[in-house]
This record gives sequence, structure tokens and C-alpha cells, in this order.
Amino acid sequence: MTSPASTDSVPPQLSAGPRPAPGPAADEGLARRLRALACTAPLHDLDARKANLAGEYSVYGMAEIALAGIDLVTLNMDFDTGADHDQIVARLIPRVAAQAPGRPAAEHERVARWVLENLINVGSVDRGFRAVYGTFGPDGAYVRRDYDFKLIEEVPGPGGSVYLRTTDEAVNVLVGALDTDVTSAQIAAEVKLEVLINRGRLADAQLAAEQARYRTVQYSETLRRALEATRRNVRAVDWLNTVPDMIAEALDHVADRYRHENAILTNIRRARDETEEPEHKRRAAELVDIVKDCIRRHTQLQSRLLEAGPLFRAEQDRQAFATPLTSSGTDLYGHLLAPTLPLPLEQARRVTDAFFARGTGLRTPVSVRVADLVDLLLTPPLEREHLGAEMPEPDLIATPDDSRFSEEQLAAAMDLLDLPADAPRRLSGLLAEARRTGDSDLAYLVALLAVHAASPPVGTAYRQGEQKLLFAVDDGTELDDPEFGGADLVVGTALLDAAGMAADRTEAA
Amino acid sequence: MTEHVDRSEPDLDGAPTSAAVTPADAADAARLVAFGLQPKLQPARDQEYAELLRRHREDPAFARLADAVAAGLGLVVLEVSPRAGMAVTAAEDSVFAVRMGDYARRAATDSGDRFLHGLAHLAVAALAFPRPEDLADDAYIGRVTVNGVDAFVRQACRRLEERAEEQGENTDPATDAPGLEAAWRIWARRSATGATKDARRPAASTTGIVAKALAFLTDSGFLQRTGDESGGTYRTTARYQLQVRDLAGAAAMAELLDLGIVPVTDGTPSLLPAEDSDDLELVADAGLPFHAPTQP
Repeated sequence: MTSPASTDSVPPQLSAGPRPAPGPAADEGLARRLRALACTAPLHDLDARKANLAGEYSVYGMAEIALAGIDLVTLNMDFDTGADHDQIVARLIPRVAAQAPGRPAAEHERVARWVLENLINVGSVDRGFRAVYGTFGPDGAYVRRDYDFKLIEEVPGPGGSVYLRTTDEAVNVLVGALDTDVTSAQIAAEVKLEVLINRGRLADAQLAAEQARYRTVQYSETLRRALEATRRNVRAVDWLNTVPDMIAEALDHVADRYRHENAILTNIRRARDETEEPEHKRRAAELVDIVKDCIRRHTQLQSRLLEAGPLFRAEQDRQAFATPLTSSGTDLYGHLLAPTLPLPLEQARRVTDAFFARGTGLRTPVSVRVADLVDLLLTPPLEREHLGAEMPEPDLIATPDDSRFSEEQLAAAMDLLDLPADAPRRLSGLLAEARRTGDSDLAYLVALLAVHAASPPVGTAYRQGEQKLLFAVDDGTELDDPEFGGADLVVGTALLDAAGMAADRTEAA
Repeated sequence: MTEHVDRSEPDLDGAPTSAAVTPADAADAARLVAFGLQPKLQPARDQEYAELLRRHREDPAFARLADAVAAGLGLVVLEVSPRAGMAVTAAEDSVFAVRMGDYARRAATDSGDRFLHGLAHLAVAALAFPRPEDLADDAYIGRVTVNGVDAFVRQACRRLEERAEEQGENTDPATDAPGLEAAWRIWARRSATGATKDARRPAASTTGIVAKALAFLTDSGFLQRTGDESGGTYRTTARYQLQVRDLAGAAAMAELLDLGIVPVTDGTPSLLPAEDSDDLELVADAGLPFHAPTQP
């Protein structure tokens, strides 16, 4: 029917009629639309399948929750990681709860988790979706094809954690096309943002701010790739023109955006503080968070930019200035990996099998003796203690009391220093009284306590609500004593306003 | 065990000084091979091993005897040196060879999984020795991480996908002919990781497959684990370099040539950074720390 050879047969307009196979060119557009359509299928599927869940779940709009979830993941994707699984669930719950306010919170969480898990498609090995569609090939044959796609994928994060990211399919079909030039789109988004804020249209401003953040992440990613490639092979990256230009451009970009976003931040803060309407206030507060996040990302980008130069020089030293070797090894990527990947699976497998067979080393085979086997099989399984091993009784040793002064001495000294508030005494007098008891150490203790009182613990007394406090003041008189030197301190007791202090404390708290 | 010793042993090349081989010599030679079969054993840590290596170097008759013992057991001697020890590896069909079916159960039945496991090993080698010079340089130590290997393969897949899109190709495979699906798609569509109940990586995810490959190579004495960052970081040993350079690379290359594919490169670097694109396929800490900048 579409054979190009049929030139002299029936004129084409006469063979018009029904034409189910208009040829591969038209089919390509059809295939693209079919794939776009397939991306929405998992969402429709959620609403179709909610009836199968145990319980009455028809009140929930699953597709709505799913789209909200995809938006949340897209906006929370970070430069280094992705969005946190639990955080997404937590942010979805308010929407789920709004759909069915009467239901228990546990059910809301269950629905949010169910939707998110279905968007990841946890049950399948690939954790993705597959749609089958048919196209006509160049030779006119009808071919059924598999289209594999993911909406939300799980990526490894630092410390072995797992983060969520939306795929390009999800972003393009479900969030909206965003594939424009990074730099210009960034500027456009910011200008738009400023205008919107000035006009007080915060809802639109928030959308623009979120788009601006997305651009910022993309800009950083471009740089990260160049640095990573430099680590592998300096010559793979053009460090003469391209990269220095890019770094200069990126630094300008950071400086520019930083200034810009700080200006915006000031504007929104004002909008936030001046506006009377609670809805505007809330939106403005959200915007502040988004723009702050943008600034944080710019700072991150800048620190990476500053590392770029030293990294290049170190890699240059390592890679380019080393003595060239006469024998050259195989270019594992260029000669092996890169040519293998585009091959059909059946052929590619032969290459990887060959590499595996020769590249894994050796394993010494295990030989089994019947005697060992019998022993092994008859050994009862090790019982695992639920509470773990028994704690050994701690062996305590009484430490000898090596205090310099005994409790009685302390009591006697405190007794001596318990002075009436209106009659302070000199240290020399106190020392003489202490010596009269016949205990030479007591005088020493009194001297120590008096010196300590020269810097009384006012703060502690205040916090603990003490009634009185021992203090010592140096009035310039020298101490005339056979054992001690220094100032003959005036030691006294200060009464504290415990009630007033307590009132102060409660007020401060 | 050593019944085939004399099979591949040619007559000594007329060295008049070498005395007749005694049973004690044969035992020593077999002992050296036995040391070689413990790939994680380091010659510097074992005096007897080091002594036998020295004897291998200085006594040609003993060297030939040890090589013959290895050959008889079905082993290929890659190098005998103080740094790599008695580096032996399994010949094809030897009892010491690793079979894919024993390596991963699913790989025995599922050709897609079989390919993924093989590709993981190839990718680890390609990242461990990114430049031909690195593979040739005996002093080079490569560094790989689990997340880095996965990100690197995904990036290569991504570039192929872009190229196919530019050319307007429809790479979606025909439903009834899975064997004709382009190899890169298998990796690209497998999930990188996933949340599980016990907080472990799903074994069938690509990071799970890479982690398995790295752990296995560590057991083979080819890698040493250096840390837990980026899903696990490893550095290469001399044995791995020998294995890849002398055996695995050549074997895979021969297979590729057999398929009629002659890769031609002009010496310019092949491992290029990805073109600027708007995709956001980032993996955490995928920056590949081959060398800290402070290293000489």
C-alpha cells in the first residue's frame, strides 16, 4: 500500500480510501504521542485500581494525589540528592486528609504511601512501567514495541539512604515542558518573579520562583559533569577555552543571581511583613524559603567553582606530566564498553560474558567430605537470644577517701563562716579563731573558703534561689599571718532577695 | 592433584647446572602455586611466600617447575613478582573458573540479568583504568565507587539515547524479540536502587549488581575496600590490572572483533563528559574520586 515502487499503477488520489498505514514519517509523531499518553496511564490506573484496595477508598482522588506527589518530588530534588521518601509522604498527607477529613490519620498515610509506591511501581524488577504500542516500519511491516518508562525513580544518596527523583518523562508530560536554554530561562524566570512580586501577585510569583530554583540546579549540573570528566581524563575537557569561559560565566552568573535574589528576598520580606491578608502572608513566607534555598544553591555552586582550578592543576600534574609509557594498554571504554552498549542484547552478551569469564579471577572449589556433612547437618541451629548476651556483673572497687579535709572540718569551717549579715569579719580574726580549735588544717580550709568567696558564685546563687551568699572583699589591708600571705579580706554574708529573683526567673522563662 | 605436572613441561633448555627435580622441589613449587590460589594473601606479609617467590625469580629450574604445576592444575600464570605475588588465574574450563550461573542465580535463566552482571564487571574495569596509560602503568592505582560506576554507565546510556533521538530512531524494542533490544536500554531501564524493608540495596537494582561485582572482585583479591562513601569505595590491586590487561580485555576484544566490530580510536580521549542537557539524572556523590587532589 505504501510501496514507493507503484508509480505507474492507479493515481494516488484514487487509492485514497481508508489508509490505516500512512508510513513511518507520520507514525513517528504518532509514536511520540502514544508514549506521552502512556506516561499518564499509571495515574488513570490508580483511580481504576483503588476499588481493589481493602476498604472504601473511592472518596480519594488518586490521580490528584499522584500529580501532587510528582510536583513535590520535582521541587524537592536537591543538587546532591533527591527528595526524601518520608518527607514526601508527610507533605502529601494534608491533601489526602482534605479529601476525606472524617477518616483516621493512619488511613491517610496509607493512601499517600500507596500512591507513592505505585508511582515507583515497587512490585516490578525494573521498578518502572511498560506500555506496548504498534508502529509501521519503513518496510511497511507492523511492529509491536515495548516502551519502558519511569515516573519516580529511586537513587542512592549519601550514607546508603535512598532518595526520589522524577524522571524526564514525568517532568515533560506531567509537570510541563521545561527544556529551554538554562541561562536565559533563569534570567527570564527572575525578571518575571520581580514583576509579579511588585504587582503583588504572589501565587504566580511562587510558581516562577520554583521554576527559577529548577534552573539553578540544572546550571550546577553542567559544571559538575565537566569536573568529573577532568578527574578521569584532563584531555577530555577543553581547559584552554571552554571550561575557563564556562567557569568565568558561572561565577558571573552566581554573583549576578546572588545580588538579584537578595533584592527579591528584601522585597518579599517586606510584602510578608506588610500584608494584612493571611493567605498573602503565608505565600510570601513560602517564597522567602524558596529564594533562600536558591541562594544556598548558588553558594554551593560558587564553592565548587572555586575548587575547579586547583583540581585541574592537580589532575594535569598527575595525568599529563607523567613520563609517557611506551606500551599502551587497551582503552577499555573507547574500545570495549562504548562499542558494546549499542549492540543488540544477544551480541552484547557475548562480549560481557567473555569479559566476565576472564575478568573475575578464580575461586577454589569447595570439596565436601561426608563426615563433615553429617556433622554439619546434625549440629542444632544456634539459638539466638532475644535479649542478647547476659551482662556481666560489674566489679566495683571502693575508692579510698583521699579528701584533704574531712566532713567534720568542713562543717566546722562553715560554722565559723556563718556570719550575721550585718557583721562582716576580717580573715585574720577568723584564722585565729580556727587555730584556737587546735586543728591546724581548719585554718587552711577557712583561708581557702575565704579566697573562694572573693569571687562569689552569684549566677549559681541566683539560679538556685539561695537566701544568702558568702563574699570577701579586699580593702587594701595586708594579712599578717605566719602561714598565709596576701590581703586581709573582709568576709561577710550578703542576704539575697530570693522572692524577687524567683519572680525574675519566671518572667525570663 | 599434580598428576599432569609433566604434561606441559618441555625439556629444560639444556641448562647443564640444573640438577634433577626432587620431590621436595615439587612440593615447594606446588606450595608456591597454593599461595597463588589465595589471592588476598600478600607476599610481604608471609615470609615463606616471599622466600618461594625469591626462589622462583632466581632459580629458573624451580620457576619452570612451578609454572608447570600451575599449568597442570588449569591455571594461567600472569606474573610472578613481589608486588603481585604468584598471580595465577583460572584457564577456561578449569575447575577454578567462575561460572555465571554460580555467580548469580537469576543470571542463569534471564539473559538480561546475565548481561547486566557482565556489563557491571566491564564498567568497573573501564572506570578503574579510565585511560589506556593507566592500564599500562604498573604503578597506577584506580579507585571506583558503587554509585560512581552506576552513574558512569547511565551517562553512557544517556548519550546513546540522545544520539538515537537525534537520528529519529525508535529504540523501543519489538515485543516478541527481546534479544534485539539495544544493550544500553537494559541498564537504563533497570532501577538504580530502591527502598527495601531491611534498608539494604535491592539485589536486582543496578547499584546492587555493581556492589555485588565489587564485593566479588574484592574476594578475588582484585580490589581493596577503602570506605563506605558513595555506596562503597574500592581501590585496585596489581593483580586486577594484570587480569584486565592481559586476559579479560583481550578476550572481550576478540569477541567484539568476532562480531565484526572493529573499534577505531585515534588516541583522543574517548571518555568524554556528557553534553549539556536538561536532564537531572544525578546520583549522589557520583563525583568519582579517582585521585584526591593532594595525591602526587
